[in-house]
Amino acid sequence: MNLDFSDDQKLLQEQLRRFLTERCGSQVVRAILDGPEPYDRSLYKGLAELGALGAAIPEEYGGVGLGHLELCLFAEELGRVVAPVPVASSIYLAAEFLLRAGSEAQKQAWLPKLAAAEAVGCFAFGEVLGRVTRDKIAASVQGGRLTGVKWPVADGDCADFAVVAARSGGGKDERAISLFLVDLNGPGVRRETLQTIDPTRSQARLTFDGAPAEPLGGEGDGWFIAEQVMDRAAVLIAFEQLGGANRALEMARDYALDRMAFGRPIGSFQAIKHMLADMYVAGTLARSNAYYGAWALSVSAAELGVAAATARISATEAFQQCAKNNIQVHGGMGFTWAFDCHLYYRRSNQLALALGSLSTWEDLLIERMRNANVASAA
Amino acid sequence: MNFDDTPEEAAFRAKARAWIDANAPKHLLPELKKAGVGGLGVTSEDPLQAARAWQMKKFQAGWGVPHWPKEYGGGGFSPMERVIWREEEEAYFALTIPFILAVGMCGPTLMAWASEEDKKRYLAKIASGEEIWCQLFSEPAGGSDLGGLRTRAEKATDGSGDWIVNGQKIWTSGAHLADYGLLITRTDPNVPKHKGLTALFLNMKTPGVEVWPIKQANGDSYFNEVFFTDVRIPDSQRLGAVGQGWQVSLTTLMNERQSIGAGMTTRFPQLFAYCAEAEIDGRPAIDDKMVRSRLAQLAVKESGLKYTSIRAITALSKGNDPGPENSVGKLVAASAMQDAAMFALDLQGQAGVVTGEDQPLAGVFQSVLLRSPGARIEGGTDQILRNIIGERVLGLPGDIRVDKDVPFKDIPTRGRAKS
Repeated sequence: MNLDFSDDQKLLQEQLRRFLTERCGSQVVRAILDGPEPYDRSLYKGLAELGALGAAIPEEYGGVGLGHLELCLFAEELGRVVAPVPVASSIYLAAEFLLRAGSEAQKQAWLPKLAAAEAVGCFAFGEVLGRVTRDKIAASVQGGRLTGVKWPVADGDCADFAVVAARSGGGKDERAISLFLVDLNGPGVRRETLQTIDPTRSQARLTFDGAPAEPLGGEGDGWFIAEQVMDRAAVLIAFEQLGGANRALEMARDYALDRMAFGRPIGSFQAIKHMLADMYVAGTLARSNAYYGAWALSVSAAELGVAAATARISATEAFQQCAKNNIQVHGGMGFTWAFDCHLYYRRSNQLALALGSLSTWEDLLIERMRNANVASAA
Repeated sequence: MNFDDTPEEAAFRAKARAWIDANAPKHLLPELKKAGVGGLGVTSEDPLQAARAWQMKKFQAGWGVPHWPKEYGGGGFSPMERVIWREEEEAYFALTIPFILAVGMCGPTLMAWASEEDKKRYLAKIASGEEIWCQLFSEPAGGSDLGGLRTRAEKATDGSGDWIVNGQKIWTSGAHLADYGLLITRTDPNVPKHKGLTALFLNMKTPGVEVWPIKQANGDSYFNEVFFTDVRIPDSQRLGAVGQGWQVSLTTLMNERQSIGAGMTTRFPQLFAYCAEAEIDGRPAIDDKMVRSRLAQLAVKESGLKYTSIRAITALSKGNDPGPENSVGKLVAASAMQDAAMFALDLQGQAGVVTGEDQPLAGVFQSVLLRSPGARIEGGTDQILRNIIGERVLGLPGDIRVDKDVPFKDIPTRGRAKS
């Protein structure tokens, strides 16, 4: 039994932390927050050169072939610095879709570019407010042409291609949805950047009007593949959330040590101390659950569905709790644009909704635990 | 990362399982399954005798106290083997309850502070279950503020060097069963409070010791008040130097939090099973969105605690310090079980008020509801645990202590009530 990363893996994590300390200070995040660019291209390129983007992509497709455990640790570091890069869309989702369901030609065409930051991929899924279910997907493909509107699509304004969930053929119910690969620089695609709670991770509305679409995976397999890939991405995003939660806790702790009121550091007041202790507790549970998720992801365990939902819920709660209480500990200063607290608050709430909201994952977790119980009893 | 046994661990597990299968009191299993919170569940025979018989049998075969060194009657197991043993013994775990304090806290304190001679005399008897120990720490005026305890130990005037003890302890778990007690006393009221304490141990049958059970808020009695009237204790039964009692007590408390937190469950598995069976408006409760949300909240706590302890074991097995993560165990579990109980009763509607065997899961949620407030207090209150995390883990400054440099005798003892 061993629920820890190896020393070699931790060394790689350290390396990335040093790189990000140098290259991704909060001024880099703010430049994207305030400016017109959708993401920091030079930082993203640097991550590719370091091998971080290709960590879980096999060497034959231009990756460095490390594995998902390494990618988890890289995600934690990117979360720590709220990195303004499209890694979740392009690596945790698009690359995973290609690896799970892509044809050899599709893998050859796109994976090396994703690993090298020469292209960005994204996942176009939802179309309406509320939980995305099969019957809420109206986009459809007929004769190889995609029609429909997808929003919000993370990094849809800067991506080169999208993996799109759409209806096609005569598949009913569970088999109604298929996946398609669509060139976003091609004809029949209109993109609009959306104003969001976290401009450091871009969101877009994509309108398809007869855009050429090639199938990704089998007809009618779309929903199953999407569920699998979102579970995998949920573990990776949980590590981003974990990194963000820890950094927010550190910021709050440091401020509580430094800030004096009533003649003493505010961290000596139990009202503050206990809030910080609760943040630590949430972060500790989230870390343990994320490690469980990392294990399940790395070996594609049968438990991945339960482990991913568990990691996801726990990390969402921890990051939201740490980010909002970080502002509270900072008092008025925490509510200024100048302090970095709001960067974490924004990101914590953006990540809480990426891949579906907390209530959706709570529902998934219990449904899966129930099915697992039925299966183990049978 | 993996959850598999190594070949050595698998062999150890097979050996443990086979031994338990051949030796455990299987006839008690139906009763043990129904054990409530903190209870043994055994009624068909004397529960303490049943527990002692199992402990002795394990001890004689080398399984008595897996993690203690062999020279003191332990099994000399590795941390991982200890965990495997605990998993394999799960069904009979309730039978180990009478010995948890002695094995988990008093024993390790003796190992750290007692003379070699005393270790030889006492530790094996703890391991075998022949002698039960209790921990005489908390007092009416000193619980969370343990350093404020007032039980006095003074040198006898007859020149024997013995200590004469007067005072009162409270919340002493299992004192009514105990043969020996680990006692912290005040030996010098003229110095600041943490500096005037001394640790002793004594036979609980010593003249002048009286044990009175406390009727708890849930109606059970497991805690006690213990009164000392001119109790004579030889100086040879002192642990650590005179005035070093605070350091001795810290050894015990560190072990206490680990052992209390380790055995605690959030009751999630039972709640999950109940929600799969119970109905709301003619449908299984588990189909309800609100129910799922509440279950999921508890599920991730249960899972987080489980994998936190596996991370701690991983660290131990690599020869590292388990780190501060363990401190979250009791803090999370105690509140979670209280929430689980309240939620289960809520699902039962008006009928949730009814206790007893006929209720769902034999009334376990009603018992947990009434027992759980204690879990948030014993062995360090939620608030003390948050202080510990804040100060020892996060490095925040301690609160300002107005009694820090004040001689103990000058510290005020009563606030002023509003008239």
